[in-house]
Amino acid sequence: MLSMTNVSKVFRTDLIETHALRNFSLEVKAGEFLAVTGPSGSGKTTFLNIAGLLEPYESGSYKLDGVEVTDLSDDARSKLRNEKIGFIFQSFNLMPDLNVYDNIDVPLRYRRMKAAERDKRITNALEIVGLAARMKHIPAQLSGGQQQRVAIARAIAGDPKLIMADEPTGNLDSLMARQVMDLLEKINEMGTTIIMVTHDPELARRAHRNVQVVDGQITDFKPYEPRTGGEGMRGHGAAVANAGA
Amino acid sequence: MFSYYLRLALASFRRNPGLTALMIFAIALGIAVCMVTLTSYRAAAHNPAGERGAVLFAPSVDSWDPENSYDKDNKSLAPDLLTYRDAKALYASDIPDRKLITYRTGDIYTRPDKGMDPHYIPTRMTSRDFFGMFDVPFLYGGPWDGKADEGPEPVIVLSKEENKKAFGGENSVGKTLNWKGREFRIVGVLDAWEPMPKFFDVSNGAFHEMEGAYVPFAWGPILELGSHGNTNCWKTETINNFQDFLNSECIWFAAWVELRTSEKQRAYKAYMDNYVLDQKKHGRFPRPLNNYLYDVDGWLKRNKVVEDDNKAMLTLAFAFLAVCLVNTVGLLLAKFLNAAPIAGVRRALGASRRDIFWQHLTESGVVALAGGVVGGILGVLGIWALRAWYGRFVDEAARVLPFDGKNFLIVIAIAVTAGLLAGLYPAWRIGRAAPASYLKVQ
Repeated sequence: MLSMTNVSKVFRTDLIETHALRNFSLEVKAGEFLAVTGPSGSGKTTFLNIAGLLEPYESGSYKLDGVEVTDLSDDARSKLRNEKIGFIFQSFNLMPDLNVYDNIDVPLRYRRMKAAERDKRITNALEIVGLAARMKHIPAQLSGGQQQRVAIARAIAGDPKLIMADEPTGNLDSLMARQVMDLLEKINEMGTTIIMVTHDPELARRAHRNVQVVDGQITDFKPYEPRTGGEGMRGHGAAVANAGA
Repeated sequence: MFSYYLRLALASFRRNPGLTALMIFAIALGIAVCMVTLTSYRAAAHNPAGERGAVLFAPSVDSWDPENSYDKDNKSLAPDLLTYRDAKALYASDIPDRKLITYRTGDIYTRPDKGMDPHYIPTRMTSRDFFGMFDVPFLYGGPWDGKADEGPEPVIVLSKEENKKAFGGENSVGKTLNWKGREFRIVGVLDAWEPMPKFFDVSNGAFHEMEGAYVPFAWGPILELGSHGNTNCWKTETINNFQDFLNSECIWFAAWVELRTSEKQRAYKAYMDNYVLDQKKHGRFPRPLNNYLYDVDGWLKRNKVVEDDNKAMLTLAFAFLAVCLVNTVGLLLAKFLNAAPIAGVRRALGASRRDIFWQHLTESGVVALAGGVVGGILGVLGIWALRAWYGRFVDEAARVLPFDGKNFLIVIAIAVTAGLLAGLYPAWRIGRAAPASYLKVQ
């Protein structure tokens, strides 16, 4: 699903250079639920931004669903991002002046879908997250947990192959966090690959596999093993990620 | 996507109504000021004679002071008015197809049946050809005939306004008015007519009010009617009576000739020169030969009807529009960058730079459209004020200072174009913003 090889990213100012990612290599299989952990400033979010085609990188190779993205134009990257990736953010990132329905509509609009198809997908996504009755509410009228469920509905409405979640429960209390995690697991069970950046070791343990990023490199990883059922911590299988050079 | 961008623009306006109103007002003000100034300029630069302006000519002969030129700023110019003797001599030529001499006077008029209060009526002394040469429209009757010019016969043509005052607007042809102790028979009543600028008498004010009555020129010397307009003299002369005044070097008459062919134009110019050369033999025209024959456009330019001030004002108006647009660019930039996190989210959800650019350019266009509509309305109000200032006859003012649907659409097109130009940079800038930098802070 995702294959990064020796990807490097440097942030430069007049005075300093910060190596956010150093020869970062990672492979994520289709259907996997990967947790990315690490201390603040380790490069987790940079990885997520690059993986989400939101940020360019200096060197290395990155293939998303078999497509080498390095030399793609902005239009092509945007199209790929729109069709293959769904984003979930810590602070939800809903459009404050659009209602729930219109928020979920945003990625579908950029896919130039017909109105009937969009409506079907939005309704379906709202049913999955249990907010069908709130489609006319604006974000400010919803609780934090509900807002994050709207963000999840927005992420899955386009039926992406990969969901990138950046601290998806970071702004939620434990009960709501558990509900969101349940939802993510449900989505993953439906076949969507999930990469989740988190500080929370409890949440990380619920993923199939954890990788730890320190100083822009993967320092620890556990192999991925396809899920065989059960609940709680997922099993681990053959190593598909390595820490690069 | 355009309808979607429109919806987003309206949502954005609801989010920032104050800032949006400020941008709309900035564009509207610039557009309105430009509209009013441009219309004013057009009115001043308008050639009311139209195509006929090319065959109508004002002769100008340099009868002025040998020591001082008539125009201190442009020493090559001859006077814009004629002496009585010169006006009569130029009028005597048979070369023109039509010809007239004219000046402005006036006095108290009464009705023999006491049917109106005695009042002053500004009066134009002229000849029959005046009405034909300048396409003057008649409501009732027509011009007096040629014999009335020579007699002269006591005939008079009233303006529509004056006919309304004196006879309640009814057909007054055949009725009489008393003027200077004589009874003048009304032969015609004009329809609304107020050429702007008043090209045939710019020396008395290109936007001066029109006369209420027209009387054969020959009555001037008989009734000893002095000028109620500009009279300029350069020579110290003994003037004991009206005849002395007529024979003086004072200038207060205008002449116009219609010359339909270039041959006639050349011949008439030669006639003018020969006349002046002949007069020099009699001790007049002490300055070098310096005569001109102006068509209407040339006459308006020679008299600076469109003053340098008007041109500077027009430049200033467009500069003001530019300042308004620069302010709009700043406001748009502030508004768009303030919403950059939302644009970042849109990028994350699949919007390309191009999508973000068009979304924000659409918003700029909608602001500009609203600015154009508001500016157009303000412009209409300004032009109404101009009409009230320039002309008493609304119909004529509306013709010279038009503001129809087509002009309104032009104003809106200018505003939208200007707004889109103003929005180009902010929209491009927001499209180039790195989305990742906003996602954490949104």
